[in-house]
Amino acid sequence: MEEKDDLSALRAAWPGDILDAGTPFGDATIVIRPAALLAVMGALRAAPYSYTMLLDLTVVDYPDRPERFELVYHLLSIPRNRRIRIKLSVPESASVVASLTGIWKNAEWLEREAFDMFGVRFEGHPYMKRLFMYDGFEGHPLRKDYGLRHRQPPIPLRKP
Amino acid sequence: MQDPSPPTRFAAAARPESLLINMGPSHPAMHGTIRIMLELDGERILNSEVEVGYLHRGFEKTCEARTWFNLLIYTDRLNYVSPLINNLGYAMTMEKMLGLAVPERAQVIRALMSEVSRVSDHLTCLAAMAMECGAFTAFLYTMKAREFLWDVIEQTSGARMTTSYIRIGGVRADLHPDYAAHVAKALVETRKVLKDVHGLLDKNKIFLNRTRDVAVMSQEDAIAYGWTGPCLRSTGVRYDVRKAQPYLVYDRVAFDVPLGERGDNFDRYMVRMLEMEQSLRIVEQCVALLPKAAPGLTADGMPPAEAITEARRQKSGRPIRLSPNLEGSEKAVSKDIMAADGGAVIPPKEETYTSIEGLITHFKFFMKGHGIRPPKGEVYFAVEGGNGELGFYIVSDGTDRPYRLHLRGPCFHIVSALESLIKGRLIADVIPTFGSMNMIGGELDR
Amino acid sequence: MAGNFITTSFEAMLGWGRKYSLFHYPFITACCGMEYMSAACAHFDIDRFGAGWTRFSPRQADLILVVGTITQKEAPILKTVYEQMAEPKWVIAVGACAVSGGIYDNYAVVQGIDQIIPVDIFVPGCPPRPEMLLEGLLTLQDKIQKEGHDWRWKKKTT
Repeated sequence: MEEKDDLSALRAAWPGDILDAGTPFGDATIVIRPAALLAVMGALRAAPYSYTMLLDLTVVDYPDRPERFELVYHLLSIPRNRRIRIKLSVPESASVVASLTGIWKNAEWLEREAFDMFGVRFEGHPYMKRLFMYDGFEGHPLRKDYGLRHRQPPIPLRKP
Repeated sequence: MQDPSPPTRFAAAARPESLLINMGPSHPAMHGTIRIMLELDGERILNSEVEVGYLHRGFEKTCEARTWFNLLIYTDRLNYVSPLINNLGYAMTMEKMLGLAVPERAQVIRALMSEVSRVSDHLTCLAAMAMECGAFTAFLYTMKAREFLWDVIEQTSGARMTTSYIRIGGVRADLHPDYAAHVAKALVETRKVLKDVHGLLDKNKIFLNRTRDVAVMSQEDAIAYGWTGPCLRSTGVRYDVRKAQPYLVYDRVAFDVPLGERGDNFDRYMVRMLEMEQSLRIVEQCVALLPKAAPGLTADGMPPAEAITEARRQKSGRPIRLSPNLEGSEKAVSKDIMAADGGAVIPPKEETYTSIEGLITHFKFFMKGHGIRPPKGEVYFAVEGGNGELGFYIVSDGTDRPYRLHLRGPCFHIVSALESLIKGRLIADVIPTFGSMNMIGGELDR
Repeated sequence: MAGNFITTSFEAMLGWGRKYSLFHYPFITACCGMEYMSAACAHFDIDRFGAGWTRFSPRQADLILVVGTITQKEAPILKTVYEQMAEPKWVIAVGACAVSGGIYDNYAVVQGIDQIIPVDIFVPGCPPRPEMLLEGLLTLQDKIQKEGHDWRWKKKTT
């Protein structure tokens, strides 16, 4: 199937849930409603789409938008040799998304990183604990309102 | 805002009669800093938990505060054993966004340098893995070969490791006029070392006992964990970004993609050894694709100050003698090594010194608030790094700084499988398993 | 301190013995570790200065080489390892990140390990060439030679 066929097939299968589909800079991208995440991902993983690998999950923070956090998933299909990007947006007040740990195993660490850096929670995740930052660290560093140099030393620092 | 951290599930699930041991984060076999908490029954691992983040240096947030050109230095320090490949990944992602056409010669130089970097990555990985299993000789031999490879990089780019050599639009400088001799010597020495290491380890009973059928990963699990690169190929899945989505000159050079069968530690070791030989093949073919060497600095030119004064009145066309640390980036070679787009690359110094357009282009490139301005939007591009698919996801809002820059680090996904690979095995199996994964802290923790 | 012939000769001999038999603990975190590996191997060879033996236990080491970036998460561990070392002990900060935080001035990185432990020698560079690391070691050896017998309890506090 050509990439455009993929996008039009997906649009036809989920008419209300796919908000946008296109190929900016040549990357196939679809924007979906958060509620449809598990269904769309499950279908993309299965044949005929066969996007068997979750390459990446990341979050982009748009504090000016009503739906502040945009989650970006990248999938790879090794048999068909193509990639696809899935995006969805959640507001800060309801920043909970379904967890993909039941579908892909690396989702566990990727979602922990998203929680650590942005504060997005994942429903159904077995172990929602910070991945990079240490116990006692308050806040989510990659949010735009977290200062770059806002340090929270875990031990008192001596004067050099 | 208080974030209540739940207790580690490892501590919650630990049985009172088993021994809890902590490996790391400062540990000789931890390749940097990572912490593995182990629950042991004698020597058998009942449960484990991996804690990362000890080298989280805030790469992504720092890059949001730097200009597109400036953040190149941070990319060197990601996978720091193959720094040029990170430069390449970032530069090619930006070129995709900007729509730049990179000259042919720069493509070949980039491929050559990437493969030299890849060989030094695999050499370092296998050196550490062998040393921790007790084969110290293999470590010394591979480090010796790495020195010759780093000589090749140093001669052209000026630095051994963190070079910032591959830039958006091309490469910083053309190859040194004598580079072919250095490359030939590096190839001879590396091949000698590879032959020696094959002889020392391939049929070595001790090494085989520690790596054969240890930490076996199946193909389905490897794909479910997001494994790419040599670790995925050791399970038998043929996926190499250089072959699947060729970039640079990889569609024009001949090389094989070695595959493993069982996905155990030994296969991961063997795939890397065979890949190094293929990378050396690519280096030879790249050298053959570059027939002429760079001309070198003009020894009999006029000094820049004189050229600037002269250009105010009239241009005589006499050559300019540039400073030695600009060697390789003169005007005569710049069209071969850098794209022609004035907004995205630094103009050659002769233009900056003698013409007002060159001066303004140079000024606008570096001045705060100006510089590279990609269009608004987002882009993802991946290259084959030393550990697998190294992807950059960049969101631009049209200004001189990235809005978001995210790295898809291959070893993040590979290490996420470590807990499942060592469960039920002996504590001594952790060492070669972890060594064969090639965890690089800069890429894992960013 | 009062110097007479016997104590100064004793201190000279003590300094000579200490400086040429350093057991180092490479506290490696990041990229500088690659240059440390080069310095330790055959090409540049740290062993010819007497410091060839790597001791991965702080109890057995005299010298801790802090190689690479120390993040806030790593800081308590560095402090613990330093405190576990027995006197006499020295610290070399290798690389720009250990010296001052390097190119990382952000929420996650300690701006120089002298904010955590006292440092004897700073070796700048990103990463420093192996020769620079060896020069740092030689400078430390000079320092050890010049320091007397009971300096430590007077000068250094945690």
